[in-house]
Amino acid sequence: MSAFNAIGEEREIDRNEFTPGIEPQATWCPGCGDFGVLKALKQALPEVGLTPEEVLTVTGIGCSGKLNSYLDTYGFHTIHGRSLPVARAAKLANDGLEVIAAGGDGDGYGIGGNHFMHTARENHDMTYIVFNNEVFGLTKGQTSPTSPKGHKSKTTPHGNAKSPIRPLSLALTSGATYIARTAAVNPNQAKEIIKEAIEHDGFAHIDFLTQCPTWNKDARQYVPYVDVQESDDYDFDITDRQEAQEMMFETETQLYEGTVLTGRYFVDERPSYQEQKKDLGEMPREPLAERYFDDDAEWERSYDLLERHK
Amino acid sequence: MSDHELIWRIAGGSGDGIDSTSQNFAKALMRSGLDVFTHRHYPSRIRGGHTYVEIRAAGHEVQSRGDGYNCLLALGDSFARNPQEDAYYGNEEIKPLSENLDELHEGGIIVYDSGLISEEDVAELNLEERAEENDWHVFAIDLRSMAKEHGREVMRNTAGVGVTAALLEMDLEHIENLMEDAMPEKILEPNLTILHEAYDMVTEEYEFEHDLRIPEGSHDEEQALLSGSNAIAYGSIDAGCRFIAGYPMTPWTDVFTIMSQNLPDMGGISEQVEDEIAAAALAVGASHAGVKAMSGSSGGGFALMSEPLGLAEMTETPVVLLESMRAGPSTGMPTKPEQGDLEFTLYTSQGDSARVVFAPGNIEEAYEQTRLAFHIAYEYQIPTIIIYDQKLSGENTNVPVSLLDREPAPTLGSVVTEAELEDMPHDPTGKFHRFQHDVDNNVSPRSLPGQKGGRYLATGNEHTPSGHISEDADNRVAQMERRVQKLEDIRRELDEEHESNQTYVGDETADFGIITWGSSQGAVFEAVERLNDDGHAVKAISVSDMMPFPEKEVTEFIESVDQAMVVEMNATAQFRGLIQKELGRYGDKLTSLLKYNGNPFEPAEIVEGYELNSNGSDADPSAQVRIEPAAGD
Repeated sequence: MSAFNAIGEEREIDRNEFTPGIEPQATWCPGCGDFGVLKALKQALPEVGLTPEEVLTVTGIGCSGKLNSYLDTYGFHTIHGRSLPVARAAKLANDGLEVIAAGGDGDGYGIGGNHFMHTARENHDMTYIVFNNEVFGLTKGQTSPTSPKGHKSKTTPHGNAKSPIRPLSLALTSGATYIARTAAVNPNQAKEIIKEAIEHDGFAHIDFLTQCPTWNKDARQYVPYVDVQESDDYDFDITDRQEAQEMMFETETQLYEGTVLTGRYFVDERPSYQEQKKDLGEMPREPLAERYFDDDAEWERSYDLLERHK
Repeated sequence: MSDHELIWRIAGGSGDGIDSTSQNFAKALMRSGLDVFTHRHYPSRIRGGHTYVEIRAAGHEVQSRGDGYNCLLALGDSFARNPQEDAYYGNEEIKPLSENLDELHEGGIIVYDSGLISEEDVAELNLEERAEENDWHVFAIDLRSMAKEHGREVMRNTAGVGVTAALLEMDLEHIENLMEDAMPEKILEPNLTILHEAYDMVTEEYEFEHDLRIPEGSHDEEQALLSGSNAIAYGSIDAGCRFIAGYPMTPWTDVFTIMSQNLPDMGGISEQVEDEIAAAALAVGASHAGVKAMSGSSGGGFALMSEPLGLAEMTETPVVLLESMRAGPSTGMPTKPEQGDLEFTLYTSQGDSARVVFAPGNIEEAYEQTRLAFHIAYEYQIPTIIIYDQKLSGENTNVPVSLLDREPAPTLGSVVTEAELEDMPHDPTGKFHRFQHDVDNNVSPRSLPGQKGGRYLATGNEHTPSGHISEDADNRVAQMERRVQKLEDIRRELDEEHESNQTYVGDETADFGIITWGSSQGAVFEAVERLNDDGHAVKAISVSDMMPFPEKEVTEFIESVDQAMVVEMNATAQFRGLIQKELGRYGDKLTSLLKYNGNPFEPAEIVEGYELNSNGSDADPSAQVRIEPAAGD
């Protein structure tokens, strides 16, 4: 008998269940792209059969970190850049949970860059949504890792000398096994990509373009967008690492030249970290958290290790 | 202290097998009925560099390293750098012999490998002259050739053990048995041959003029040889901890390794991750999802844990962290003990601290207090830290096996079940009040992700009962006070429901008190015993509860004496500062004896510190220690 009966529960799910009664309205600025992520998630979760209490949403700090204040699931609003290590441990502790991590581009590609690289490398079975608005919004518009070269802000008065990070390429090189870019201005694609990411068994990275009308761009600047799967101008195989790499490079470059390319870029069936760890005997087959509720569980004792010390 | 004890030092270069040889020899001594205590001295270097392990063995209890030692096995350093004039490291090859002479007792034994240490180098030491002055008995034996003849050169430490055993007239039975247990067939045979060869050669060819012989003893109960790191790891396992995350760093790596080697076979998980921020964050994430989790590091790595530590305090996520101190600041001296991270561990991370910190003083306390740390952390939803050091981490001593013959305690503490959740407070729209204002012991029971009816938001921001971010003043005060006041409830439980974590020795009526903490305990207690044997009236308290502070016990102790000396391994008297901060007085009553040269206290240094202090003398101590007068002096 499970101690976690929300997990795997089969029932009708209303998308309104994901709206918290206590704080139904988000405090993001009017026109903010973050609304697009929230809406896409609220649509995607019931469609893949998930109920609020079998989902753990782990966020970082920034406007994006408020996601789980407005999405009624189990939530852990952590610290700047650290959502991934918290999230992946929760998944290791109880892999019945659906774990979704989220944060901004500064959070994920800047201060948390090391965790991003390693979580992708290890291929943890979880979804990571990066709200990429090319700017630090909550702290008032400073240059971020994805800001364009030359970007002027109060901390770069003469313009930013740094080239922006290439998030899709970084995810690919690091080892992520599902990589996509979508945009708040494209809600249907966003919902579909989130569904695919959740259902993917491995580390799914979504670079989600979320316009920041207050400090950066408004929605119009992400239109028109191109879905690379639907456009006749692009043809590549998302299971081919090299073709994916080229397409990512093109997409990342084009963003700063005015063409917004989105879609799926890479899918790989490499086994998830959890599966590999189980196969090696480094992780129990049954969720570890269940054991603490099992009255019949036999707990090993250090007394039985003493032979080597005698 | 009895006169009859063996303090054997095996010295060589890193990579010469000093550690494994000494481990087996210590076990052999333990099996023969003696109490043993080991002290490890080694450089931060993968190959070469003078290293030694000291084993003190006696027919009575030993709780510290001794003052100096009486039997040296100097193997020489087979990984020494070429001696170059003017190089600061000088001639490394001979250091296992030359560096150890000053601490050798009168009448002591020296065995050195003349196959590796050259006659000319020995001549430069004036060894003959010094041996005569000190009545040392010197045995220059070509261990290297003996090893090469019957096996391989690395087996020269076995030859050295054979020589030592012969000189001490020690039976080979236990050593042989241990070699049989530890060595694969292929290397066992040559090692046994070398052992006997060396033993017989010495017995037959040398005249014994020395007095030192193996002490005799017996145990009432079967013993196990454990290090502080073993004790902490085993306490964790018995507390039901099945998740550890870490990043290698000396000396914390010892516990991390022991846990990692055992957890997978116990259905647990060990994660070596990208850095210590991640390590502590993983422990927090795992605990949040419902497992007993730990992480840890040494000073520099622990600094990276400040962020997740604060998150655990704010979200009231139980977690046990280890701080295995080494000499700082910065990279400091990675393989040397110090107690310099106390203030850092108590206060690191922004905002008011709400954490528990225990500092065990010996192997048994390390086991007990680790179990207790998990109990407190999970019951009170508070990060609990075990602070210890390179000394306690690496020292081995024998404990009765019954110490660990205990029931496991895998409870998750103050968590609720789904059934219990049904009757607990929720928002009208279903969010669980996981952070209620008014609750027993200031602990608001927590739910776990995946439970029906338990969803809430955990956040590092200030938050309402259901976890929503809030800067409302009344809510802030209620939540803040509840989190901080948990420490008072924990203090009450520690005082009323557990045996004290503080340990006392000496003459209860004494007017002079010694106060110490953590791993300096053993040397202090032995010093107190000696002083009382010599007719002085002295008592000591060894404090383990760093936070919440055992105000009552320490006050009573200080009130009962005229003067107290605080003994600790750091340069700025951090624990003395803590006492004064917590008790708000006694500045004029507390002096300090401080040591920070990278080596732990020897009992005699504390005896001398007492003598200088109690005489009010301002003479300099003879050892490399410092006396810090009382405030206002």
